[in-house]
Amino acid sequence: MIEVKHLTKKYGDKFALKDVSFTVEPGQVLGFLGPNGAGKSTTMNILTGYLSATEGQAIIGGHDILEEPMEAKRLIGYLPEQPPLYLDMTVKEYLEFVYELKKTTLPKQQHLKEVCDVVKITDVYGRIIKHLSKGYRQRVGLAQALIGNPDVLILDEPTVGLDPKQIIDIRNLIRGLAERHTVILSSHILPEVQAVCDRILVINKGQIVADGTPDNLSAQLSGDHKLMVRIEGPENDVAKLLSSLPNVISVKKLGKRDVGVYEYAVESRTGTDVRKEMFLRLADRRWPLLSSRSSELTLEDIFLQLVREGGHQ
Amino acid sequence: MKAIIKRELSNYFSSPIGYVVLVIFYLFSGLFFNSYNLVAQNTSMSSLFSSIVNLLGFLVPVLTMRLMSEEKKQRTDQLLLTSPVSLPGLVLGKLLSCYIVYVLMCSITLVYAVIMSSFGSPDWPVVISQFVGLLLLGLALTAIGMFISSLTESQIIAVVGTYAIILLVTIISSIAQIVPNATVAAILNAIALFQRYNSFSYGLLDFSNIVYFLSVAAFFVYLTIRVFEKKRWS
Repeated sequence: MIEVKHLTKKYGDKFALKDVSFTVEPGQVLGFLGPNGAGKSTTMNILTGYLSATEGQAIIGGHDILEEPMEAKRLIGYLPEQPPLYLDMTVKEYLEFVYELKKTTLPKQQHLKEVCDVVKITDVYGRIIKHLSKGYRQRVGLAQALIGNPDVLILDEPTVGLDPKQIIDIRNLIRGLAERHTVILSSHILPEVQAVCDRILVINKGQIVADGTPDNLSAQLSGDHKLMVRIEGPENDVAKLLSSLPNVISVKKLGKRDVGVYEYAVESRTGTDVRKEMFLRLADRRWPLLSSRSSELTLEDIFLQLVREGGHQ
Repeated sequence: MKAIIKRELSNYFSSPIGYVVLVIFYLFSGLFFNSYNLVAQNTSMSSLFSSIVNLLGFLVPVLTMRLMSEEKKQRTDQLLLTSPVSLPGLVLGKLLSCYIVYVLMCSITLVYAVIMSSFGSPDWPVVISQFVGLLLLGLALTAIGMFISSLTESQIIAVVGTYAIILLVTIISSIAQIVPNATVAAILNAIALFQRYNSFSYGLLDFSNIVYFLSVAAFFVYLTIRVFEKKRWS
């Protein structure tokens, strides 16, 4: 549905995007993840034809955005980071304007009503946009993107600045939309992407640093096994004992948790299990093992790791 | 394009700006008409048409100031430029909507001519030529104003900038007279927009002047399109 080939965008000598390529299948929900200024918005602006790439191609539903802009743009609904609202219009006037602007052929009143029902703005339909709260404005922006039932929805940070309840609402909404649309959304909030997307692209400094499903990404990076243990006993001695265990790569002291109780992170070689040996040795010394849990890398760790790695390159 | 014209027009008249401009124009042109024609019992509208130009210098920048600058400021250009609307269509739609208000404004002069016809017999061919001149001048001025507005996010800068340009082309023919170099003087005279208008207000429909105003308008429409394209590619 969306094909991006070797996209590069330069501002002067500075690269905003560097040779970015990916494809999105119909019906997929793709999450763009990256720190602020990573190139998420730039990519979206190029996909929608607002900006032009210095090099490379963006193809939407078989139409190159530069060569057949009309056909390509007709397939896209775009919600930019700041919803493009005319503040002095009512919601009704605004949506009718967008309807005409997009040369939509669906039955007008019925279509507008459907869109308003989907994003739940029917109760503010007659109000002037200027007087609406941020959450409602965001939804009117989303309604705008939905007009004309485009195959592709491109949403730039759709939940930014909303309160937790509104965030959940919008997320559910997007998940609902995914049934009939191909969606690309960007975010710098991990749980959001994790909750909504079935594929994640991590982008940092204009380059794609990871690509996969949320689970896939976790597995890909949590190769080393980490164990979090709480042990009652003298901190340094316990640490020394843990380090002396076979197959242990590193031991990190995480601090005091209770009187005489300390927590440690024990990293061991892949494919080995140090728990049994650890228990026996600690029992010998009469240092009780109070708890032990393995830590899988959360998406958050992965993200930080990727972004850090990218920074070193 | 139709959607854009419709929105822009409703914008002029849902805010006070359209009414304010029209009222100011009707009021002052009415005063001019009263003193030059009714009180002076004169059927020639030349003085009226040349005085009106001074009003336009003030009012056209007000009409054009928010055309593009406000879109940039509110980021609504992102909506327009990612919609299936061509860039020339977008720019022409903007220009036309502003021009429609301009025509609405200037058409009052025809009403004056009709009023006058009940007291005497105005020279209709001359009046028509004067009116055509006004229409052409307006097309060029609105195109210039739109271009200036596309350069900035600030309406204030747009209005002041446009006003400065209009002021410049107003006084430029007097500068041309004191420039000793003939080539420079010729160039200055070429951009003296209002000089060209004067021949219309005497009733001369000069083909070269018609082409002149149309090309000025086309040139600035082209420049406005370029501004958007450049922004895209930069």
